Order: sequence, then structure tokens, then C-alpha cells
Amino acid sequence: MSRLDVRKTYKLYIGGAFPRSESGRTYEIEDANVARASRKDVRDAVRAARAALPEWAGMTAYNRGQVLYRIAEMMEGRRAEFAELSGGEAEVDEAVDTWIWYAGWADKLAQVIGSSNPVAGPYFNFTIPEPTGVVGIVAPEAPPLHGLVSRVAPALVGGNAVVVCASERHPLAAITLAEVLATSDVPGGVVNVLTGRKGELAPVLASHMDVNAIDLAGVEGDRAELEELAAENVKRVVRNGDGHSPWHAAAYLELKTVWHPIGV
Amino acid sequence: MQLEERYGLFIGGEWVEPRSGEYQPTVSPATEEPLAEVAYGGAEDVDVAVGAAREAFSNGWSSLPSSERAKYIFRIARVLQERSREFAVLESLDGGKPIRESRDVDVPLAAAHFFYYAGWADKLEYAFPNRRPQPVGVAAQIIPWNFPLLMLAWKVAPALATGNTVVLKPAETTPLTALLFCDVLRQAGLPPGVVNIVTGDGRAGAELVKHPDVDKVAFTGSTEVGKAIQRAIAGTNKKLTLELGGKAANVIFDDAALDQAVEGIVNGIYFNQGHVCCAGSRLLVQESIYEPVIAKLKRRMGTLRVGDPLDKNTDVGAINSKEQLDRIQELVAAGEAEGAEIYQPPCRLPEKGWFFAPTVFTNVAQSYRIAQEEIFGPVLSVLTFRTPEEAVEKANNTAYGLSAGIWTEKGSRILYMASRLRAGVVWGNTFNRFDPTSPFGGFKESGFGREGGLQGLEPYLDFEGKPESLGG
Repeated sequence: MSRLDVRKTYKLYIGGAFPRSESGRTYEIEDANVARASRKDVRDAVRAARAALPEWAGMTAYNRGQVLYRIAEMMEGRRAEFAELSGGEAEVDEAVDTWIWYAGWADKLAQVIGSSNPVAGPYFNFTIPEPTGVVGIVAPEAPPLHGLVSRVAPALVGGNAVVVCASERHPLAAITLAEVLATSDVPGGVVNVLTGRKGELAPVLASHMDVNAIDLAGVEGDRAELEELAAENVKRVVRNGDGHSPWHAAAYLELKTVWHPIGV
Repeated sequence: MQLEERYGLFIGGEWVEPRSGEYQPTVSPATEEPLAEVAYGGAEDVDVAVGAAREAFSNGWSSLPSSERAKYIFRIARVLQERSREFAVLESLDGGKPIRESRDVDVPLAAAHFFYYAGWADKLEYAFPNRRPQPVGVAAQIIPWNFPLLMLAWKVAPALATGNTVVLKPAETTPLTALLFCDVLRQAGLPPGVVNIVTGDGRAGAELVKHPDVDKVAFTGSTEVGKAIQRAIAGTNKKLTLELGGKAANVIFDDAALDQAVEGIVNGIYFNQGHVCCAGSRLLVQESIYEPVIAKLKRRMGTLRVGDPLDKNTDVGAINSKEQLDRIQELVAAGEAEGAEIYQPPCRLPEKGWFFAPTVFTNVAQSYRIAQEEIFGPVLSVLTFRTPEEAVEKANNTAYGLSAGIWTEKGSRILYMASRLRAGVVWGNTFNRFDPTSPFGGFKESGFGREGGLQGLEPYLDFEGKPESLGG
């Protein structure tokens, strides 16, 4: 007699733990009952992200780069599983390579995006990038794995904490990626993954006063309402683009300019 | 300098009557006397101006060799320098700021901005390697009344350097230097339609923001209006930069050079009557030096000369408008009602005109309106702290994040504070310094996007095949 397989329960990923939705709701998709996050789950995720921010933002860039590299290492070991949950091996390769690429940017962004400024006076003046804070991401519906990684990695590399709404139709790859993150030295709360109805979750994220920036690339249809909500606390809004660029990472960075007199 | 009795709109290189038919006087805030009548553009005027900018963009400006574009902008910088006296007088006359400041800060910096960005025009490929920078198209620019010509320069110079054309709306109370600037454009021989000036009030600004043929909106002003603009462009592909309000903390540690720090405090809040978005309006003093700092500050406030903006001895000029004076008075009354202790040095204010004495509030709690809201006037709120951690927490306890100041003789502490203060510009042992090479702009609700420096070019460019963000 063949062995009956043990199935996985797909849950949310908030603050480094895997809770069910506080609402108790699920929806059936990809042959699984996936958690259907509520407004309160969004708020919990934002709180977890805010709490995790100081540690992640305060790491040295070298250290943060190594943590992102570690994510790629952990994914590599689960290639077969990811291939089944996504568009196949090619997509997994692309996702792993994207982590590697951004891992290498961690300690270079400031040199490409920042500057030393030759002001007309006896002052030392420089401009450096800093994380904007908590970033909300509405991940693309497809591809389910690389779509998510290509939006999350550039937000993470500069030191932001992230709350991401996974692909609604293909959420399993996102939750499996959360298992990788949980075992990759990424501090709990730095990435929070919500599954459920985007139409329900995205407006909560867009209007949340403690979210500093929002990526709407994964919004299908009209984004006007979400952008209007985002204006309430002057959120930085990222509209589209295919990622894979330090300028994409820069969209989640603030530029700080520091002046000091030169004298004896 | 001879003022016209009445000014039209500057569209397509010509002065035109407003289709709206509306004119309003612009008034000297120091005398309450009208200086000239200025057109108030309406929807139709905005449409014609955007059309002129689009035509100039498509028929030449964007395809001009970039080195030629650079030379036009260099010419503008030179003409501004040559006519600096005229501009300084007009700026103080129309806006109420001390002539010493117009002469030494506003006008020279405006010219410097054009000179700086002129040089970038034919070097964009070096600023953005591998990104193939392209102009965006027509830029709608709305500027405030606190630094009229300088804000014009911050907006127009990078827009032109990157190959865009412009429709600019000056603030309703300070249109005159923008109108005089049109004569600089004539002298520089700038092709018609590359820069168009539509004067008017918020109605013209709103029409400009929502015009479908505008590709980029740049706004400097209040956070409230900034949010309305962000909402208005929601769902479009317009790019946006916002430079909004502030409530900057100026943090004084017990080892600071006190006399210099007091000069920094005074410059931070009384410069330009406190009509400065990055003004150091919250003073955070370490408890152990509270008494000597306040004593020195009060003594120094007693030497500030408040009065005629055209007198070169004046330190604090006129409040820009009656409306702004009302707002300052309302917030000051709220501060007294909430329990803060007010001090104003004995000084006689002119009988005519809108003036307000330099003011400091002590015994201020973080929750008071004068500690939370932007007053945009010569009013300082003093709070205290014990440890650097507490200073950081209090300084960051605001929805704004435009600027901050730190005063200490300890280098490592400056860098500790600078890295923790959530603000776009941090001044260590100085305050209110500006330079065209130095990016300026806010965190949080102080807006997004940068003006100045290489980074100030980006909001006016598209990049082929690269991600696009609202602010970037």
C-alpha cells in the first residue's frame, strides 16, 4: 500500500511566524486552502514590519548583502519544489539569480546613488541614501515566484521592511518563499507575506498611515483609487517597471544631505 | 526699474491678455499699497499655455543639440547676475523680505542654479549611465511666495537643462519677479514657448495640475495642497515631485559653541520672517544648558531690527500677506491658550504693513499645536531633552521630515544624530544653507523628489525601459 502524503497548511507569514488569518477565512486555490488575510492581518503585518525595521536598516550593508545572498542559497536547495509551484526551473533560476544580483548591490547603492557635493562655501556636504521605512508591495499575479522576488528584493536591499500581498491566483510560491526567508537569517518581520483578495488588502495597505511607500505594479485594472489613498500620508508610489535596476531600489530610498562647516 | 501698471500672461514668448479677463492687484506687504495689476489666468489660459509649451517642446527645444540648450541656460544665469540689483529690489518690494537677504541670498542663488544646471544640459549621459535619459515633455511648476525667484530657478533650471518645456505659476502674492524674469528670457533669446508664465491663484494651479497634456508636475508649498495634487494626478502617468511643509528640530547639546549655536537658532527661525519650509521652528535644548541658551537667545532677539524690507539694516521684514499674518496670530494665540510662555523683545512695529515681532515660546509640550503645526512665521517653540536618544525621538516625533540641525563640538555625535534624524537635509553646526549642487527635499509628509544636485535632474527625465516611480 502506498503511503498517504502529508499535506502542508498554507498560512500567512507575519513577524517571522506563520499564523492563520485572524479572521479564520481561507480560499481554495491551487488545490489548497490558502489563508485569506483580513484588514487586521494587514495592520498586524505593518506593525511587525515597523518593529523589525531598526535592526534591518541598522545592519551594515555588507551584512545585509550576505543575508540576501543566503536567501538565494536556501532557495537553491529547494529548486524542485519551487519549480512545481511556479513557471518551472527557468523561473526559479531567474528568481535565485535576482537575489544574488541585489545581494551584490547592498554595499554599492550608496556609491551610485549618493554624492559628495561641491558647494560654493567652506562646507563639507554629502548625500547618502537611507531606507524610506515600511514598503507595501502588491506583487504581480504572474510569474508567481520571480514576479514577487523582482519586487521584494529591490525594496529589501536598501534596508526597508516589507509587507507584500502575494499573487491571488498563484499564492503557494510566495508562502513557500516565506519558509525560505524564515530560515535565511532575515530577521522576523522584515518580510511579511499576506495571501488573499488583493481587492480587499491593497486599499488597506495604500491607506495605512505607517506605510511609507507602495508598489502598485501588481494591481490589475485601475490604480487611481489606491493612489488617492496613498496621498493621505504622501506615500512614495511605484507604478510599474520591470525591476532589475539599482534605480528600482532607489525608488524606496530617501536621500539625506548633510552639511558641516570646514574650519579650525 | 519701472513697473508696468498691468501685467498680462507670458505665453509663447509674448504678453497676452488673459482670456479669463481677470486682473488683481499685487500689494507691497510693508505698505499695503498696490504695486501693479496682474492677470489671473483661468482654465482657457492654462490650456493655451500648455499648448504653447507642447509646441515648443515638439518643434525644436527637445531636439536642439544639448550643448546649444546649455548655452541658453548659461545666458539666463548671466543676465540674472547682470540685473541682480533690479531683482533684489523687486523681490523685497513685492514679498516683504529684507533687501539684504534678497541681495545676498535669493538672487545670487537663483543665478547660481541656472549656471549649475546649464552645465548639466549636455552631460546627462554621464549623470545617468546606461539609462538613456529622455526629456519628459511639458512640466507644470507651481511655486510658493517665500522665495519667489529662487523657487522659480529651482524649478525652471533643471527642467530646461533636461530638455523639457515649462508652464510656471508663481504664487498669487509674489508674481513680479517671475514677470520680470520673462524679460531675462527675451534678452537671452530663449525660443518662444519654452517657458510660459501664467499668474493667478490656486484655481490656475489646479487647472495646470489636471491638464491632460502635462507630463510632469513639480510643486513647492503646503502639505495640504501637496496631498490634493497627489490625489489629483492619481491614476495618470504624470510624474510628480512635492516639496512641502516642515517642522524642523534644531538640537543644541551641552557641549555646543553656545554663541554660534544662538546665531544658528536665530538664523534658523527668523531668516525670511520664518517663511521657510525648512525653518528650525522647534528648538531642542539639552536640559543642563537650558537657562544660558534661553538668556542668550532673548538678548540676541532684542538686537533684531524689524521693519522696512528695503532698508539694508533690516533683519526681519514684513509678513508676506494679511492671510499669513492672521494664521501666525491664530497659532500664537493657541500657544498661549495651551499654556506655553511667550516672549517677544521690546520692538516697535511699523504702523502700516503686516509685521510680527520675533517670538519664542518656552514651556512647550510636544502635543501643543505650536510644536506640531507649521507656523511659517517668526515663532520658535522650545523643548528640552536629556539624552541623545531622547533628542532623536522628540526630533522625529512629527509627520514632517524636511530638515534638522545639530549643534555639538563632538564629531561622532554629529554623525550619530545625522544618521538617526529622519530629515532630507541635516545641518551640523550651521543652518539654512543652500547650494545648487546640494540636493534638497523631504522625508515623510515633507514630500518626495529632490531639487538641486545631480539628483535634481532625475524628476525631469524618463529612462527607456527602466522602472518608473512617481517621485523618481
